[in-house]
Amino acid sequence: MASEISKKKLEHDRLAKQNLLKVTESLYDQFKEGIIPNIVMPSRTKKNIEYNDESDVWVYGGRESERSSKTVKGAFQLLKTTHTIDFLLSNHLSQNRGSTLRELYYISENWDVAKFKEQPESDRLIEDLEIITNLQREYFHMRPEEDGATMFGPIRIHEETKRGDRIIHCQEDIGESGYQIPFNVENINFVDHDANFIIAIETGGMYARLIENGFDEKYNAILVHLKGQPARSTRRLIKRMNEELGIPVAVFTDGDPWSYRIYASIAYGAIKSAHLSEFMATPAAKFIGVQPTDIVEYELSTDKLTDKDISALRSELSDPRFETDYWNEQINLQLEIQKKAEQQAFAGKGLDFVTDIYLPDRLSDIGII
Amino acid sequence: MKNLRKKTKNLKKQYLIFDHEVNHMSTLIAEELAKNQKAISVAEFFEKNRQILGFDSGPRSLITTIKEAVDNSLDSCEDAQILPNILVHVQRISKDHVIVTIEDNGPGIVKEQIPKVFAKLLYGSRFHSLKQSRGQQGIGISAAVLYSQLTSGQPTKIISKIGAHSPAHYYELMINTRTNEPEIFKDEEIDWDRNQGTRIELEMEASYVKGRRQSVYEYLKSTAVVTPHARITLIEPDGNEIVFERATDKLPKQAQEILPHPHGIELGTLMRMLRYTERKKLGAFLRYSFSKIGLFTAEEICKASGLDFDIDPHDIDRNQAKKILEAFKKVKIMSPPTDCLSPIGEELIYKGLQKEFDVDFIATATRSPSVYSGNPFVIEVGIAYGGRLQKDDRVDISRFANRVPLLYQQGACVTTRAIESIRWKQYGLNQPGGGLPIGPVILLVHVASTNVPFTSESKDAIAEIPAIQNETELALKEIARKLNRFLKRQGTLKKRREKEIIITKVLPKMAEKLANTLEKPVPDISPVVAKIMGNVHIDSSADKHETGEINVRIKINNHGSKSFEFDIHQLLPYEIKRASPEPKVVSVGDQYDYIWPVKINPGNSKALTYTLELIDENDENKLGNIIVEGMEQELVTGAKCVKGV
Repeated sequence: MASEISKKKLEHDRLAKQNLLKVTESLYDQFKEGIIPNIVMPSRTKKNIEYNDESDVWVYGGRESERSSKTVKGAFQLLKTTHTIDFLLSNHLSQNRGSTLRELYYISENWDVAKFKEQPESDRLIEDLEIITNLQREYFHMRPEEDGATMFGPIRIHEETKRGDRIIHCQEDIGESGYQIPFNVENINFVDHDANFIIAIETGGMYARLIENGFDEKYNAILVHLKGQPARSTRRLIKRMNEELGIPVAVFTDGDPWSYRIYASIAYGAIKSAHLSEFMATPAAKFIGVQPTDIVEYELSTDKLTDKDISALRSELSDPRFETDYWNEQINLQLEIQKKAEQQAFAGKGLDFVTDIYLPDRLSDIGII
Repeated sequence: MKNLRKKTKNLKKQYLIFDHEVNHMSTLIAEELAKNQKAISVAEFFEKNRQILGFDSGPRSLITTIKEAVDNSLDSCEDAQILPNILVHVQRISKDHVIVTIEDNGPGIVKEQIPKVFAKLLYGSRFHSLKQSRGQQGIGISAAVLYSQLTSGQPTKIISKIGAHSPAHYYELMINTRTNEPEIFKDEEIDWDRNQGTRIELEMEASYVKGRRQSVYEYLKSTAVVTPHARITLIEPDGNEIVFERATDKLPKQAQEILPHPHGIELGTLMRMLRYTERKKLGAFLRYSFSKIGLFTAEEICKASGLDFDIDPHDIDRNQAKKILEAFKKVKIMSPPTDCLSPIGEELIYKGLQKEFDVDFIATATRSPSVYSGNPFVIEVGIAYGGRLQKDDRVDISRFANRVPLLYQQGACVTTRAIESIRWKQYGLNQPGGGLPIGPVILLVHVASTNVPFTSESKDAIAEIPAIQNETELALKEIARKLNRFLKRQGTLKKRREKEIIITKVLPKMAEKLANTLEKPVPDISPVVAKIMGNVHIDSSADKHETGEINVRIKINNHGSKSFEFDIHQLLPYEIKRASPEPKVVSVGDQYDYIWPVKINPGNSKALTYTLELIDENDENKLGNIIVEGMEQELVTGAKCVKGV
């Protein structure tokens, strides 16, 4: 088992080296051939997002943009790219080390004119490299800052850590807060599980409520805490459990436009990282709520929609990812009632209401139980 | 007596003209006004008209007061041909009360006139004078005095001195709001260590604001731009002293007084002129009361209006006056004279902008005089671009009427309309959604006229007269074209600079890094450099054969956008073989100069080849020095250039 992951890791490193070197070689050859150095890649704009029928997720379309050293901006971008690739090859891949996105930004301090002006610039460049090489940043040993979220449920996993292999049962071998999802979930293998479904939960409060109420035991559910907009590793792990183990996924969030976007990024993919949609999105994921119809039906205590909420809802009406009858109806209803509700609003009906009544009802509605 | 009058005339012109006719008329009108206004006191009149007189808020009252005093000072200095030194001092005495002092080095005011000039409303010299001047109504400074006494209860303190050997007179004055006559609280002779000048000190409810367009600072700065012959010193309430230094010792050309032109006259004015004229015959009245009416034109007018040439003008009734007015329109009359105008001039506006703003480019234009409804006017404009001006904001507009800055109601002004109606995009400025363009720009517009047509009494905005708008647009387009040329030049330079950054800073480092990563030799970047610069690239390579022969190939690529003709020289100590094409050969000492004339079109490439046999291995490194004759070095990469012999 351990060697399997190691093998995979070696293979990943080999791929990363190969693809990064390809970029460098192509730039080098352009100099040799007297071509002004340039890199062509899909353009990362909203207009260039299209639905992929095969994978059911949103990916980049055929529009291309060029980074060319004809312009000062493009030239500096390419110079920074060459420095970054060199750093990834000689420091990360050949020495089996890694750094965070923020560290990369600081490392560039020593690159003279090639240093990054701000961290978003280096973050973008790593995303560019992901697109150019068709590999995720984890292949380059780049880590995000944010620690992954946590999960809790009847599944036993095998994780290869820098300090040796671990086999962990996500109910029995961990404390109350759950299993900490590592930044690179490719280092995880699934051993066995008793799970009937996965519930991805937006807020820590609701996650803790479900654990306290023993929802995971009663329904054999894996609870995943999203911590707001979910990190890549969280989304990737959910997708792997769904695809590799065939466990259905349901998403439980607050009832406001921002939470619908959390669901969309899990189920359909995000615009900013559409190159990763096929890798991270779980098109089979279902939305539990809180739905605007729940607000009406359960008479939940609510807040008024702010101007920002309203314009977010309006823009979702024109977002191709929300172009379904279901979302149309829900969003229009919310615009009509001008209210939003948090997950915790169910506490107003008693602490057990959400686990005894709401979730079983909704889960059977969407066909999970 | 006559001499004395002449002498004092210049000195005292500031507030009074010793002209019997005008004086007589003004007294009569003042009497008429007084009759009509018996019921309301001056104070009431003022209270009701605060905003049209410019005293509606704390900050504005202070600006108006300073504006009126500075206008008077500048007018009087110019009349007396003195280079103005003006001091404006604002002291804060409580939260919303200030003492403001304005002092000038002007000709001073004769003792008897001081109370009336400052403490009697509608007393002034310029009300009926047809020449370009700043103040016109005779309300300004006395309104400030009235405002001061209404808000502080204090009299206004005046010092004035008309010459080094005259005494300085000190007055403390208020306006009797019932009679509109000066009330004198103090009248003394004092020692004043100035040769001449006037100083006025007012206490009032007002506030000193900073950092916006409508402020004392901005008003004085604008004034300084169009009055580059003045030195203006401002002492702010916190003691901070700002000097707007003069940029020239040249005084503006004196504006001449003119008679009214028939085209600008209204019925009421004509009737008043008819009634009060000293002429006994209509013909003479027409000839001597208006400009551009000679004997012939006067006869024509009489004929056209059906009135007798010799009729007494005092007997003419309203209907007959109307006929004269109609005749003015029918008969051809020459345009009014324009020497009554005193434009600032392109050069001085340039200097003014240059001294007050740190910018990269300035252009100015003064149009030739033009006429609207019989009133001559001149449009002058200036543009300042770049420097530390805000890049992303709408342009700043500096509006002036007869050299007085207009701070309020920009949107209602014909000059703003003119700016907005120009399509700035074609001159290199953005203008999203129409309106004012965006960019690091100050646009200055000066309207000089004997009668600036303001939209209201507060004199904030100039009315939309088509002739004025048209002239303004033409003037603006003139300087906009100059700006456009400047911006294009800048654009080319910027592109060139950017390319230089790419080829000197970025590409060498990139090539080095790539080679480093791949562990390969650093690639030659000159082909890429030539392409980026749009240059002619010359590259020579040599293949050494086993036989000891060397095949040399000189490749020429034209990456530029036009075709070039030049000579390629290769200086060698050997004879070459199998050259293609065949070069000219000139022997130079013990060397041969091989010359290939080359003509190459844009985007094309050519190759020159030859073979040579080496005698000595060490000579191999003597190869390669290719020299291009007849090209600028900056257009060539890969070879040295020499100027044509």
